[in-house]
Amino acid sequence: MEIKSVKYRIGKNYGFKALVIIFAFACVVPLLFILSYILEQGITKINWRFLVNVPRPVGETGGGIVNALMGTILIIICASLIAIPIGILAGIYLSENKKSRLAYWSRLCVDILQGVPSIVIGIVAYFWLVKPFGFSAISGSVALAIMMLPIIVRSTEETLKLLPASLKEAAFALGMPFHRVIFKVIVPVGISGILSGVMLSIARITGETAPLLFTAFGNPYLNFKIWKPMESLPHVIFTYATSPYDEWKDLAWGASLILLVWVLLLNIFTKLITRKWKVQL
Amino acid sequence: MESTIIKSRNFNASFGTNHVVKNVNIDIPRNKVVAVMGPSGCGKTTYLRCINRMHELIPGASSSGEMTINNENIYQMHPIFVRLKIGMVFQRPNPFPNLSIYDNVIAGYKLNGIKLPKPERDRVVEHSLTRVALWGEVKDSLNKKGSFLSGGQQQRLCIARAVAMEPEVLLFDEPTSALDPISTSTVEELFHELKANYTLIIVTHNMQQAARVSDKTAFFYLGELVEYDETKIMFTAPKDSRTQNYITGRFS
Repeated sequence: MEIKSVKYRIGKNYGFKALVIIFAFACVVPLLFILSYILEQGITKINWRFLVNVPRPVGETGGGIVNALMGTILIIICASLIAIPIGILAGIYLSENKKSRLAYWSRLCVDILQGVPSIVIGIVAYFWLVKPFGFSAISGSVALAIMMLPIIVRSTEETLKLLPASLKEAAFALGMPFHRVIFKVIVPVGISGILSGVMLSIARITGETAPLLFTAFGNPYLNFKIWKPMESLPHVIFTYATSPYDEWKDLAWGASLILLVWVLLLNIFTKLITRKWKVQL
Repeated sequence: MESTIIKSRNFNASFGTNHVVKNVNIDIPRNKVVAVMGPSGCGKTTYLRCINRMHELIPGASSSGEMTINNENIYQMHPIFVRLKIGMVFQRPNPFPNLSIYDNVIAGYKLNGIKLPKPERDRVVEHSLTRVALWGEVKDSLNKKGSFLSGGQQQRLCIARAVAMEPEVLLFDEPTSALDPISTSTVEELFHELKANYTLIIVTHNMQQAARVSDKTAFFYLGELVEYDETKIMFTAPKDSRTQNYITGRFS
């Protein structure tokens, strides 16, 4: 082959490599941009008062978002308490019964559920829970739990499917009953995958605003009663960022930063857990 | 007079419509090593897994006929009791990767929720590991994970795990096929030691191994038990021409 054509091909090769690298870098840019912008806007608004006070009326300085912070934490805890047991057990069923009819339909429904827009889930929760019982944090938790389910179910299923069959055989051959095989052998060995699914689902719902608009509603006061309306971080950002007052906009920036840091920490924590608790097969 | 521990009469097993074990009649004598040999796909592993009812765990699997241990019908006992009486070691070493060596040996108690006092546990662990000639090698690293050991050591750990439950019978499903020659000979030596306390049934596709370790040998071909006799007779004067052809290497 002629030297010239080889040179041309080498040149094309370099060009393509450069293109790939540029696009890989392009994925990082939006995140860095968002991070730096939120950090710049939010960092000055966050101080001790911001974390321990409830919002003040317009015109007064020194308001905080403790109601939204506590609200989000409570709503997430309640949603997790609902979704984690159901999700993990359903995932165990799906991985144990790959071919049954129920597994087929259940898997299909979980996949569809994953694609249902959050606002639709919010409306359903509104008609089921808010109409009969009134606005409450727990109805928001139910809506968020429905959003967590598909992630937990699928990650549990996928994790457990990857475990070698010999592991289960070893346990059965020692005369273990089914529930002990599951809870003493299968789940402990797959725990890192299951937990990372749980953490990712929490990170996913932390920022959900739409379902909470219809359900937890919002509350300018600190509230720990889950059957009453409750404030949450995404909702506080939504109301205050669209308000015309600078003090309130500041609250929204601060709340955005806290939300962002929370999601980042969850993601980092997930990575650490997956690495630390990974069982070498 | 040798006493029979496992007896099967007209025993059949299948996967769906695939009939893999056909009309097997066999008497396994107590405290002997019985080798089950035959070409791949002849139903020897399936038969072995029927003895401790692991076969039925596979979807679509079924079995019929009579299988007894000490004249008690295995298929009328609860599978959990069957598996406590009949331990099993698999083709690939499969220690629990999340447990330490110590906990792996005691796994049958620990994971079944049987509480033993600490000195008793220590005794069981040391006793079991000594039985499989592993105690000396691992006594200083009992807290390390089971997967830290070499393949041959892991397989002996799995044997120790089965031995710890004090079963009457131990089933081995091609226990050395994933091991190197040195580990293989260590495990084979173990069979002679273990014979004193347990009845061993070993599935192997390795004729030399069957000849080396067993007292009696069964030859399976296409799901049927072709011949079952003293190992010496099997390898010197087989009665069936198919056995003859197999041991002389005319088919494998």
